[in-house]
Amino acid sequence: MSGHSSYEPTNPALKWLEARLPIGGLIHSSFIVFPNPRNLNYFWTFGGILAFMLVAQIATGVVLAMHYTPHTTLAFASVEGIMRDVNGGWMLRYLHSNGASMFFIAVYIHIFRGLYYGSYKSPREVLWILGMIIFLLMMATGFMGYVLPWGQMSFWGATVITNLFSAIPIVGEAIVTWLWGGFSVDNPTLNRFFALHYLLPFIIAGVVVLHIWALHVPGSNNPTGVSVKDEQDTLPFHPYFTVKDALGLVLFLAFYSWFVFFLPNYLGHPDNYIEANPLVTPAHIVPEWYFLPFYAILRSIPDKLFGVIAMFGAIAVLFLVPWLDTSKVRSANYRPLYRQFFWIWAVVSVGLGYIGAMPPEGAYVIIGRILTAYYFVHFLVILPLLGLFEKPRPLPASITESVLGKGGAPVTAGAPSAPQTK
Amino acid sequence: MMKMISAPFARTRLGLALGASLLAAACLAGTVSANAAEGEPAPAAEAVPTYPIRHPHMEPWSFAGIFGKYDTAQLQRGYQVYKEVCASCHSMNFLHFRNLADEGGPHFTEAQAKAVAAGYQVQDGPNDAGDMFERPGRLSDRFPAPFPNPEAAAAANNGKAPPDLSLMAKARAVHRGFPWFVLDVFTQYQEGGPDYIHNLLTGYKEPPPGVTVGPGLHYNVGFNAGPAIAMPPPLSDGQVTYTDGAPQTVDQYARDVSAFLMWAAEPHLDARKRTGFQVIIFVLVFAGLLYATKRKIWSKIAH
Repeated sequence: MSGHSSYEPTNPALKWLEARLPIGGLIHSSFIVFPNPRNLNYFWTFGGILAFMLVAQIATGVVLAMHYTPHTTLAFASVEGIMRDVNGGWMLRYLHSNGASMFFIAVYIHIFRGLYYGSYKSPREVLWILGMIIFLLMMATGFMGYVLPWGQMSFWGATVITNLFSAIPIVGEAIVTWLWGGFSVDNPTLNRFFALHYLLPFIIAGVVVLHIWALHVPGSNNPTGVSVKDEQDTLPFHPYFTVKDALGLVLFLAFYSWFVFFLPNYLGHPDNYIEANPLVTPAHIVPEWYFLPFYAILRSIPDKLFGVIAMFGAIAVLFLVPWLDTSKVRSANYRPLYRQFFWIWAVVSVGLGYIGAMPPEGAYVIIGRILTAYYFVHFLVILPLLGLFEKPRPLPASITESVLGKGGAPVTAGAPSAPQTK
Repeated sequence: MMKMISAPFARTRLGLALGASLLAAACLAGTVSANAAEGEPAPAAEAVPTYPIRHPHMEPWSFAGIFGKYDTAQLQRGYQVYKEVCASCHSMNFLHFRNLADEGGPHFTEAQAKAVAAGYQVQDGPNDAGDMFERPGRLSDRFPAPFPNPEAAAAANNGKAPPDLSLMAKARAVHRGFPWFVLDVFTQYQEGGPDYIHNLLTGYKEPPPGVTVGPGLHYNVGFNAGPAIAMPPPLSDGQVTYTDGAPQTVDQYARDVSAFLMWAAEPHLDARKRTGFQVIIFVLVFAGLLYATKRKIWSKIAH
């Protein structure tokens, strides 16, 4: 469903290039005339926001790497050098560290939007799975990035998370030694984490290209979940969605700036301003906020191996959502029961995040177990059964009908392809 | 755009509400049974002591809030307290003498900062003959540490090296439970570090009857790791002579040195907040223009 490109360059140089590499036509059909459902709401601006955040993280990260030293004796001091003596270094570093959090806020909204409007359903299963692969790569990148400042939480977070692999029977210990490049988290670990932290974003960028490619085959889902039927249902990407995405992005930047300039350490842990010390364990080892729900699931299972399995299972189950959800209707707006279960699940997920930040004792353990159980019940029991028992509300015949109502005036002919003259 | 919620689903809704409340009830039951399991039926407050014993108070710092900036006179007094008191045991490895002349910092004149630096003997070398030598400090030198290495610091201090103070104001915080940590996003509370330090420095008290303090420890209601701290009370009224007429009390010393440590940990705070205000204004105006553009482009389109 690529836009029928009418791209015909008049500039001789562009003509020359187009005859040899039709990249202008590709951009034109993908981002200028590409037809998008006309009823997309602002939750659909998060794709563009995420693309921006990836580029922003790479740009700030590359400059930070020019001033950073990946050695256990120098890493902490080199980050402080960036904060104190590099021109604008404090801004680069706060943009990058808060940018990771903003990236995850945006990706969680993007995933929740997909789950609410059924964007994972046929024919978008591959698109969804590619998104989940990006999510996993983001988690790996975020985790390794947090190790680089070599503070107490960097060191002990790395120790706890890499130690999870020791739960694997027989080969676990060998795998952990191999990951560390030694017998504890030390200089070889820091070096390889730096190398991988620099590498993975470019792999993410590659998977993002596949993600957009897979998006451009069926086109975007929309709040009704009803497929595009004819040209009336869509508007060209430019100017309608470029301007809408731009507005969403700039509002998101206001939120991002609020944290960078006024709450730069709010999302971090004070212990990470203490240099790593293998001989002193912090009172509570807490991962970054965006891992907390998964950390809560890990700690809710009394057995180490099964805890690790449950934690990875919580992500694995998301890969299977296209097949666990048996309902033919995409959008929760037309699924009275799923809509409510979705919100219960959303609250449970946030609740797991809260439990993950609390010490694993007393009531927190029991609540954590109940919420963990519910998380899996939602995907493995409720989602498959709902499709069988739920009676969906009647769907609109088309996107246009949902916008204008039945018998509404027809959409201005020609408007979609020609924005009004100014 | 989510306007399709009209049809009544009273019965399923009731069922769901019931389900949700069951989930909540199960969580609540978990809480109660866990408390019971701990076997503390009556005063639960006594069971697990929380530290610090005295919760830090939110002090009115000049550098709090959107328009916050450091009070130069306060930083100069704080530096004096640091130099005359703290520096005899604590290092400050990430600061250089040149920082004392920084704008948005203590902002001493360059001559004053040079004079401070020259007051120290710094080891340099090796020279052409291969020997290390001592010379007066320069602006480019770091603050000299009181001990040659952490082992020497520990040996001279009851087995525990006094921590470096460069980042102390960002390495400590005040515990913020729900809902305060949510409200902090709006009120921009980022001064937990200096609040904690002020609370600690003013937290030395006589231990209450029945509380025994181990040898080499000092009862302190502001310490986050127990009822007593290894650091002896560093401040006393009148100990540091201020030249600007500020009160010479422990509370004022603690306040000034906490502000100084905040600057030491976050030397570009003034520039950060000033830039941030400009960025927010720019972004909001830009968003307003984009909103108007978006309205115009979409004005004839039903969506």
